[in-house]
Amino acid sequence: MSRVRVLVGTRKGAFVLTADGKREQWDVNGPHFGGWEIYHVKGSPADPNRLYASQSSGWFGQLIQRSSDGGKTWEPVGNKFVYDGVPGTHQWYDGTPHPWEFARVWHLEPSLTDPDTVYAGVEDAALFRSVDGGQTWQELAGLRGHPSGSSWQPGAGGMCLHTILLDPSHPERIFIAISAAGAFRSDDAGKTWRPVNRGLTSEGIPNPTGEVGHCVHRIARHPSRPGVLFMQKHWDVMRSDDAGESWQEVSGNLPTDFGFPIDVHAHEPNTIYVVPIKSDSEHYPPEGKLRVYRSRTGGHEWEALTNGLPQRHCYVNVLRDAMAVDGLDPCGVYFGTTGGQVYVSADAGDNWTPIVRDLPSVVSVEAQTLP
Amino acid sequence: MIRVVLPAHLRTLAGVNGEVKLDVAGPVTQRAVLDTLEAAYPMLRGTIRDHVTHQRRAFVRFFACERDLSHDLPDAPLPEAVAVGAEPLLVVGAMAGG
Repeated sequence: MSRVRVLVGTRKGAFVLTADGKREQWDVNGPHFGGWEIYHVKGSPADPNRLYASQSSGWFGQLIQRSSDGGKTWEPVGNKFVYDGVPGTHQWYDGTPHPWEFARVWHLEPSLTDPDTVYAGVEDAALFRSVDGGQTWQELAGLRGHPSGSSWQPGAGGMCLHTILLDPSHPERIFIAISAAGAFRSDDAGKTWRPVNRGLTSEGIPNPTGEVGHCVHRIARHPSRPGVLFMQKHWDVMRSDDAGESWQEVSGNLPTDFGFPIDVHAHEPNTIYVVPIKSDSEHYPPEGKLRVYRSRTGGHEWEALTNGLPQRHCYVNVLRDAMAVDGLDPCGVYFGTTGGQVYVSADAGDNWTPIVRDLPSVVSVEAQTLP
Repeated sequence: MIRVVLPAHLRTLAGVNGEVKLDVAGPVTQRAVLDTLEAAYPMLRGTIRDHVTHQRRAFVRFFACERDLSHDLPDAPLPEAVAVGAEPLLVVGAMAGG
């Protein structure tokens, strides 16, 4: 029977949750790197026992940890993230030029085919790549060197590159997203980039339909349809059917279209999930009810999924990297909260149960399906 | 033999218990001690000072002999008691966070 391994990053360490295919009885292993912020842990699709973790602290900076045994043991690898050339400036919150300064790694995206190749999305926004298992890192500087780069501004959480999508049908194509610059696409393995934000509208920026400046929170896609993208923007849930060339709003009947994560069912490319959050200044679910919303139509029409989720007095948030799906049938859906709960649904969202209730604030959740 | 006391998180990272003892060639300065420390424990690179500029991280301090040496020049000699191993150099994670 297949198994699942859920990789959880929290404000105070990493946890590895494992279960068999029923997803009812869970082993909880951790904390790993106790006391450190773990923004992201992700496994290699090419070797599921190869994991990478982003470990950081305000005192001691950034570390990258690597495991070759599915998270039982770890070794620190390279943590030298140096911008290519003269870093230059981007815009600061007050509109003045501000030097690019490395703060942390938000997201690690292992290659689809090579366990030793992994991408890192960092704050201040840039994309790095390692081809030696994380020992050394090189910036793909064409992104930051885009003519719009000097105009990018941070979102409230910092100017982070948080989404990296690799295209299984087009190895040279990479999508990334930055808060608050927007989405970008490369068709030459990261050498050159262009913004792909046409159709996005963001009130509160000088040009609401500008080429850049949009606070994209998360992009997801199904591997069988890599040209169809789903986006949770600061406000608005969006869809692109042409690899980002244009976007249409699909918020439909959501109670609020603010939120952070978005994900796609493992076997139904048109079934998507979001967690509506009341507003950008409140950052908790509307009405104190924690509800995942599912659309089986690729947007527009949404249903609330509430079975097993708290429907009163719930004021947690679900961060952008804190939702994942497994590859089992029925599809498992997972999300973690800032209150320390990690919920699982083993039936594609119909019913939910907490795997753990009292972890540190959850930053990221990834699910691996194992033989 | 130079004695260095690391904060708990860096001891865990480096896989050491208690004090670290280092043979430092030449004059015993902050820079010489940190160069030697990082050569012996490469996983500590970037955690105490910046990889490139070697500037001390903002929330890391250096104490010895009941003095705060954090703002001393990196090539200034450390106190004689540290240089002869009578006192340790303390690498301290600053009290912060409320």
